[in-house]
Amino acid sequence: MDLFDKFKPIAEAYAGLRAIGADPFKVAFDRIVSPTVGMIGNSEVVLAGTNNYLGLTFDPNVIAAAQKGAAEFGAGTTGSRIANGTYSPHKLLEEELAAHFGLDQAIVFTTGYQANLAVVAGLAGPQDVVLIDADCHASIYDACKLSGAQIVRFAHNDPASLDRRLSRLDRDASNKMVITEGLYSMFGDVAPLAEFIEVKKRHNAYLVVDEAHSFGVFGPNGLGLAEAEGVLADCDILVGTFSKSLAGIGGFAASSLPQFDLLRVAARAYMFTASSSAASIEATRAALREIKAQPKLRDQIWSNAKRLHAGLAGAGFKLCASPSPVIGVDMGDPGKAAAFWNALLAEGVYVNLAIPPGTPNSTSLLRCSVSAAHTPDQIDFIVERFTTVAARFAAADAAE
Amino acid sequence: MVGTAAHDELMGELAGMLDKLNKSGVKITRATDFNADLNVDSVAVMDFVLEVEDTYDISIPINLLSEVTTVGDFADVVARARADN
Repeated sequence: MDLFDKFKPIAEAYAGLRAIGADPFKVAFDRIVSPTVGMIGNSEVVLAGTNNYLGLTFDPNVIAAAQKGAAEFGAGTTGSRIANGTYSPHKLLEEELAAHFGLDQAIVFTTGYQANLAVVAGLAGPQDVVLIDADCHASIYDACKLSGAQIVRFAHNDPASLDRRLSRLDRDASNKMVITEGLYSMFGDVAPLAEFIEVKKRHNAYLVVDEAHSFGVFGPNGLGLAEAEGVLADCDILVGTFSKSLAGIGGFAASSLPQFDLLRVAARAYMFTASSSAASIEATRAALREIKAQPKLRDQIWSNAKRLHAGLAGAGFKLCASPSPVIGVDMGDPGKAAAFWNALLAEGVYVNLAIPPGTPNSTSLLRCSVSAAHTPDQIDFIVERFTTVAARFAAADAAE
Repeated sequence: MVGTAAHDELMGELAGMLDKLNKSGVKITRATDFNADLNVDSVAVMDFVLEVEDTYDISIPINLLSEVTTVGDFADVVARARADN
């Protein structure tokens, strides 16, 4: 009897993946040259699986801000804001995020994962019901589990499924918290937020929208899908991350609920963890300024997303959703997905391998994330390499 | 509940709904294990729950699934939810 015995099925599946080629979960880049190029040894790899949507990680203003943050406040924060104090950049970022959203308050967390833990497990308790979209991120599932609340799952992007579940709960007096995402990270599909809001209002429920993948990308000011759909004021809490469009590490929640600030003394994911480094917070503040100053970044990312989507669709690949900065390519089965992923990496293209049970509908997919920093030539290179590998696989299949 | 006509009827209905997940065509009994016998992962079980909830117009919080490994365990959860409805 061993502590690790329970992982036998996972260990076997993982060994099977490693037998196909490189370890998809331990890809190590020796150098990151730019938002879209990395080096593995002496080989240059075009990065199409980074979530670096606006390409701001190498923006000179963002890097200078990170350096200034480290120089002025030190490398780390060495503690939590509750016990060890808040540094002024964290407070300024909260004010700037709240102002950016036009909401009363924003709270900064150490990671996006912890932002969800704090909001869901901090606010919902055993007397409450949390209703989650079936395809919500693992951090939301984990947060629900931690909360002790009743967790009711509704069909992905299906307002009628949510409506039926809320109707069944209408007779009990518990608070209901509904959670959806904006842009979903695996298939690249988006939530029908306006319809969800109509349902949640009718049942007097709270709505939390995780804009981790949609902030910076959607909406006239890059605020996310809620802004793009014109429903921002109807969302009770917006959650987001700094580790995608905002080029840092951290997360946030923004809201105009009157007692929202209580989360700081109620959420263990805020209280019992070290706050982000000043370098990361200053980088995020600078990235937020760039998002405001450079609306062209959103034009670029959408232009690139459409180019890659059209290229892959035109080459005959089965894509999981309409064009968006996340493009899921359905590969059919895990073995083929892993083999294709390896072949792409060898051809100089890095994408993400996503296989069940971590994917919706047991889909095995190669997930591409597009950046505003990709050049049209890089997008065409990605399509060309996908096509080359597919042709090689088709020839091998035909030869069997 | 086990051994009653209502239980047998419920088991029959659940077996019917499980048909599409039962790729190897095993006979569905109370002892059928979702993972070991049907090779169904946790996400697919949760998707099956969505269908069962709508079929019987009941709420099955996923907290209740942590102890469910067999179809019989699940039938008991469904029966309790229907009784509470």
